[in-house]
Amino acid sequence: MLLSVEHVTVYRYDRPVRGVVQSHRLMPSKFDGQKVLDWSVTMTGGELGSAFRDGAGDWVQGWTVAGPVDEIEVRVSGRVLTTDLAGILRGHKELVPPEAYLRNTEATFADAALQELGQIIAAAESPLGGCHNLTDAISDAIAYKPGSTRAHTTAAEALAQGEGVCQDHAQALISAARSGGIPARYVSGYLQSGQDGMDHEAAHAWGELYIAGIGWIGFDPANRCCPDDRYIRIGSGLDAQDAAPIRGISRGSGSEILSVTVAVQTQEQ
Amino acid sequence: MTPYFNEMFQNNAVRPPYARLEGWSADMPANIRLAKQAEAEALFRRIGITFAVYGEGGDPDRLIPFDMFPRVFTANEWAKLERGIKQRARALNAFLVDVYGRGEIVRAGRIPAKLVYQNAAYEKSVCGFVPPKGVYSHIVGIDIVRTGPSEFYVLEDNCRTPSGVSYMLESREMMMRMFPDLFRENRIEPIDSYPYKLRRTLASVAPAKCDRDPTVVILTPGHFNSAYYEHSFLADLMGVELVEGQDLFVDGAFVYMRTTEGPKRVDVIYRRLDDDYIDPLCFRPDSMLGVPGLMDVYRSGGVSICSAPGAGVADDKAVYTYVPEMIRFYLGEEPILSNVPTWKCGEASDLKYVTENLHELVVKEVHGSGGYGMLVGPKSTKQQVEDFRALILANPGNYIAQPTLALSTTPTFVEEGIAPRHVDLRPYCLVGERIELVPGGLTRVALREGSLVVNSSQGGGVKDTWVLAE
Amino acid sequence: MLSRTADNLYWIARNMERAETAARLLEVGARISLLPTAQGYRNDWDSLLRASGNANGYAAKYGHPAQAQIESYLFFDRDNPNSVASCITNARENARIIRTALTTQVWDALNTAFQELRQLSAQTTPHELSRLTDWVTRHTAMVRGAIDATQLRNDGYNVLNIGYYLERGDSTARLMDVKYYVLLPRADYVGSGLDNDQWAMLLRAMSANRAFHWAYGGEITSGKIAHFLILNPQCPRSLITCMAGVNNHLTRLAKLYGRESEAQSVATRLLHDLEKQSTEQIFEEGLHEFLTRFIGEAAGLGAIIHNSYLSGDMQ
Repeated sequence: MLLSVEHVTVYRYDRPVRGVVQSHRLMPSKFDGQKVLDWSVTMTGGELGSAFRDGAGDWVQGWTVAGPVDEIEVRVSGRVLTTDLAGILRGHKELVPPEAYLRNTEATFADAALQELGQIIAAAESPLGGCHNLTDAISDAIAYKPGSTRAHTTAAEALAQGEGVCQDHAQALISAARSGGIPARYVSGYLQSGQDGMDHEAAHAWGELYIAGIGWIGFDPANRCCPDDRYIRIGSGLDAQDAAPIRGISRGSGSEILSVTVAVQTQEQ
Repeated sequence: MTPYFNEMFQNNAVRPPYARLEGWSADMPANIRLAKQAEAEALFRRIGITFAVYGEGGDPDRLIPFDMFPRVFTANEWAKLERGIKQRARALNAFLVDVYGRGEIVRAGRIPAKLVYQNAAYEKSVCGFVPPKGVYSHIVGIDIVRTGPSEFYVLEDNCRTPSGVSYMLESREMMMRMFPDLFRENRIEPIDSYPYKLRRTLASVAPAKCDRDPTVVILTPGHFNSAYYEHSFLADLMGVELVEGQDLFVDGAFVYMRTTEGPKRVDVIYRRLDDDYIDPLCFRPDSMLGVPGLMDVYRSGGVSICSAPGAGVADDKAVYTYVPEMIRFYLGEEPILSNVPTWKCGEASDLKYVTENLHELVVKEVHGSGGYGMLVGPKSTKQQVEDFRALILANPGNYIAQPTLALSTTPTFVEEGIAPRHVDLRPYCLVGERIELVPGGLTRVALREGSLVVNSSQGGGVKDTWVLAE
Repeated sequence: MLSRTADNLYWIARNMERAETAARLLEVGARISLLPTAQGYRNDWDSLLRASGNANGYAAKYGHPAQAQIESYLFFDRDNPNSVASCITNARENARIIRTALTTQVWDALNTAFQELRQLSAQTTPHELSRLTDWVTRHTAMVRGAIDATQLRNDGYNVLNIGYYLERGDSTARLMDVKYYVLLPRADYVGSGLDNDQWAMLLRAMSANRAFHWAYGGEITSGKIAHFLILNPQCPRSLITCMAGVNNHLTRLAKLYGRESEAQSVATRLLHDLEKQSTEQIFEEGLHEFLTRFIGEAAGLGAIIHNSYLSGDMQ
């Protein structure tokens, strides 16, 4: 499928800030399911900083903006040719050992309820089946409700309140999977929206679980499926914060107002 | 007869390295001794060498007690220690490059994957990155204890930012100032090249993008830190700037410091700050101590960070037990210095032994430091032992246990005169283009009679450490 | 030099000079309270607090002015950021942060002042005010002397001096302005014997009594005083001396770095303005108005110095 992405993030400061530093992971991952036709990231007034591919295979690009500045726009646009690999991350080069993704963070701390969900994996006939069952269980346990959680809501909190967004689904999934002994990570990316009439989040997140003998496989509890050719994978991490596509900090006392618009559409090939 | 090895007296005879100290100490009248002791304290206070202990309150300008009786090694003893320390430093660095690369030692089954990759100190963000010259830990502080004439054991490794080297240098300075005659009578190897060597080591690991004489800085958490004196002392002796996070900033692909003449590029950062705090974009977002964007610059080769982020996985107390294995695996050599036998409470059989023998073991937290959260079995009350047993059983993987070592003693000035007190040793090995260490180290002494805890936070003091020339 | 190092040097100087100002204020207050008045008790301590910019902080803590409390507020109170104790403690902390940018002698002088201050604070018997003020001027002089005798004549030395001169100019202006507040209720005192007595006290508080007589002789008049403390380049505390000092050291800094700065051009302009002034013009404008304007301009210059050299934002 040929997907086009238009992703604009605008930071406005009520008082000009003295400077901004950002670290972006905004390039589509390199693997057999994705082929980038064209892709650009721009930042108003930004100076390109360091760039490298990290051990997890993500392309990292640093930016700095010299102040004073009161508005910054980060604009991502491009086209990607995608193939449905049933969620399998085939042909992705990375160096981080899967065992490093067994560690939990504050956001993915597994409480008793999450640990109980984690047992679903062992109960299944195969680890792969277990992962599917777990994805369904998370999907059942957390209803999709925009605005019901915040950026810092933990997996345990989201599960307890039974509502959340894709971030909460993904964090709950990886937390439970880790407690079931499966290396798991948070993935950020894009999802083509609208075609099936469902209201997706275009800037999307899901989980990837590692199954020995197969490798990393994506599972999306928010949509009760494995990522297919509607998905564009960007980067991964131990939790939402660790996998954030844009991390940044401004120097100054101004407070920040953020607005994000994302559009992902299919194009005629 | 004391069961402890006394480094000065054996079988009622003075061991040769201490020969010339016997007369010196015997001839010193009590009033002179007290006057000298007071002079030393006044000098230490005046130069501001103080030590604050976290959570203890009290005087923030507390001095670490200084004992004037030196601790002495012969050239031969030192030669063996030096070889052993360098060997260990090489192996630890080889281990770090390996576990952030292909992980051969794990694949070969010589160390459990869990211990390495699930370790809180394992930093996945540096996977695949090889720091300049393949060095992660540029200053390796190795804590060594002695139990007999030629029995030395490594107690632990410090691969991040071992502290205390300022005490090593200041103790020597103090001794030379107060007892110049001693240095004429004994042929003592000098250690004052340490700051020069440290700077040379740091400059030797400048990033490839640095095409001029590298600018080196020391990054300190600030003047509230207990080791701030040491940070400013080293910066001064090396002739480099002492910076805080707010003094540095990232612009484009490099790091700069803010000066009165505008931005100045920085090539090598000797940081005295934990990994968690060095870059709020990468690690703790609430850290005000670090430099936003630093890790991106580091990963793309724009600046060197010493020690390298992630180095802590090599000095974890559970990983420690595998260091002899590392020496064999990477260097194909037998360890020159032995490890202390260690039981891992995370393993069932070891846990059983430990809980049955608590009263004669020393139990430590795997991630603890500085003598906090530890049990010295023979010195503890029944209640203390029982309380600690509960802690261990609640989280066995968090503890290791070792036999109570018979730490050697050296003569020490105490109120009643001179008496033996237990000591350990921390030499500082520098790893850059070359591996080197100055002949000496920090000798810490447990000043309380019978005490085996030498930590300065627990009533320990320091001594000058001599290595005699051949 | 690191901008933060420069900032700490600058504040060592300002804090030490400010400690001296607090002590001198106390001295003025104590002397004023000893003068006989027609109405008996006069609340000159209140004027003193207002002139020194400490009135709000004091009122919030103690309410009504009383001598013993004011003494302790201006000297020992760490809640008062301008007290002697606060200033010396801050200066010593500034010094500790950049210990290696100072000579042993300067550090010793600062550290000794701090250690003695701790003993003074712990003392339970009442303090004799004149001893306290002597103690302050002795220690500030020792620090200043150690700086002059031992510090390298590098950029840091210039920054220290910029801090000293800027703070001292501000201090002289504020101490002179005490007169305005003290006399405000009774304009008919102007030119009276009491008026001259008060001017004499101010001179004494600034240790400038004898210098004034050597320079001018005869009766003390407001005109002579204003000339001495504002326009006479021989007076070590006059506004013109202070501004010339700031200007001189900013110029040296610019030369050293090989780049002009806004701070330097502003300082030069302020100095030229003072050089063109006469006492007549000052009284025409109104002494209080003139001093208020000076204090504002000096603060503005301080902000520009901060931006140019201390904030680290210079490109």
